[in-house]
Amino acid sequence: MSSEESGPVPRPFVIKAENLTKTYGDVTAVDGISFSVPAGESFGLLGPNGAGKSTTMKMIGGVAQRTSGSLTIMGLDPEQHGPEVRAHLGVVPQQDNLDEELRVRDNLLVYGRYFGLPMSYLRPKADELLEFAQLTDKAKSKVDALSGGMKRRLTIARSLINEPRILLLDEPTTGLDPQARHILWDRLFRLKEQGVTLILTTHYMDEAEQLCDRLIVVDKGRIMAEGSPASLIRNYSTREVLELRFGSERNASIGGELEGIGERLETLPDRVLIYTHDGEAALEEVSARGLRPLTSLVRRSSLEDVFLRLTGRSLVD
Amino acid sequence: MTVLTQGHSVTEEARNRRFGPLYSRNAKAVIGRGLMATKSSNWLVMLSGFFEPVLFLLSMGIGMGAVVGTVQGPGGQEISYAAYIAPALLAVSAMNGAVYDSTWNVFFKMNFAKLYQGMLYTSLGPLDVAMGEIFLALLRGLLYATGFTAVMGLLGLITTPWALLMIPASVLIAFGFASFGMGITSFMKTFQQMDWINFIMLPMFLFSATFYPLSVYPEYIQWMIQAMPLWHGVELLRQISAGAFTPATAIHIGYYLVMIVLGLMLTTGRLRSLFLK
Repeated sequence: MSSEESGPVPRPFVIKAENLTKTYGDVTAVDGISFSVPAGESFGLLGPNGAGKSTTMKMIGGVAQRTSGSLTIMGLDPEQHGPEVRAHLGVVPQQDNLDEELRVRDNLLVYGRYFGLPMSYLRPKADELLEFAQLTDKAKSKVDALSGGMKRRLTIARSLINEPRILLLDEPTTGLDPQARHILWDRLFRLKEQGVTLILTTHYMDEAEQLCDRLIVVDKGRIMAEGSPASLIRNYSTREVLELRFGSERNASIGGELEGIGERLETLPDRVLIYTHDGEAALEEVSARGLRPLTSLVRRSSLEDVFLRLTGRSLVD
Repeated sequence: MTVLTQGHSVTEEARNRRFGPLYSRNAKAVIGRGLMATKSSNWLVMLSGFFEPVLFLLSMGIGMGAVVGTVQGPGGQEISYAAYIAPALLAVSAMNGAVYDSTWNVFFKMNFAKLYQGMLYTSLGPLDVAMGEIFLALLRGLLYATGFTAVMGLLGLITTPWALLMIPASVLIAFGFASFGMGITSFMKTFQQMDWINFIMLPMFLFSATFYPLSVYPEYIQWMIQAMPLWHGVELLRQISAGAFTPATAIHIGYYLVMIVLGLMLTTGRLRSLFLK
């Protein structure tokens, strides 16, 4: 998968899901979703906790059986060909499950053995991946001596040991501080440049905007919208947003007085959002009506606004 | 660096499978992981599992033995009390090693270390994991059995070359307990539930004709004890230690063979339903 495949020739789909459904008892975790991902794309599943993102990931990895619908990974059904499909997958689960009884480098070697890879291949590969994860000087450390960000990077390095064509990342930066997140994003960019297909779940809109070529917005197991981050924002939101805070007492009641400003008004418990093409102009209009918000902020629309528009709820609860 | 190359052929071999999604003929990777992990931890726990029956042998066999004198052995001959209980303690040791590895160890890896979750996201199937873990339990059982048999030799309790067969027989006993132990552990959710395992193991250890013959019990209790796996292990090793074989020997061995098959079926089925939901 080198750069010549990213030319105008349509790339083959590495993942195809049709009407994918998963129920646990009475609960429908994934409710008939369909999507396909071409090789080399960075594809995101954006949604709040409980939207069915992780369940979808598990079905792709063949460690959860679908209730109905069809799913193929590189042309194979992961339920029938679990080990074979997973030989081409790298998996970064939501919670690190590094082997705490082994040291950092041994984690990579042993994980490679699970794929049946020979030590002659694994030794140089492990060193290369430690370098990639900026953990070379920690090679002999115990896993529990690593920081959260380092553990995450080790988990990603581990997921690359079998040179996967598809990398599944479930909430890759949840719980990391901003600096650790940026290091991680940088590493993921590099993988993308090398042609690895990234499948990523997140409830962080900035992460989705940074990393995803295309994404689906999921809520309650259903796809609410699909497209690139830019096109989703274009289609479901305005260019700018004016955020006003009047204090928790007044936010709810002020709506009537803001009527007619901008294209659309969204009232949240802690703030009021005015969707408009020109945020500054809207703010002037607010002042002209004699309203004095405690704080005001003009910003570009984000995927958060798209989600709010589609579901009436915010992403991070 | 290049993360991607065309070199996927190395994984091709791992894919020649007969058991579909359950097995990729790579239990050796799980075993290798276990050996590597043992290097860094667990030594004290491992040693305690070895010393426990040795201490029992010394205190009960030598100490109590001085009071008890000789007893009737499996072949009808008079033997020292220490020689009477030593094979029974070896059976207990095989059971303890296998049960520790396949219950507490597995419980921890399953629920806290999330180790199996990680393994099953690779080319490994549940059967690879089960077989690898059980093999490790057997290896430990083999080490304990060899060590204990050596101690028996040092104390002059080995009188026939047949006694060396106690080592493979101990592994058979360990296999029976390990294959079941892992399956049973998969049902456990809390530490309190895990304590139930000890609740079963301790009486089984004390009452399975370990320290005195079965004939001291009323008949219905005898039947209960004979239904338990440890009794068959104790009797099997006791017979081997004296080289006194009867048709019952085959029943004892058969009991364990059935236990192994049922245990493996249970464990694989459970791992499948737990991890491949």
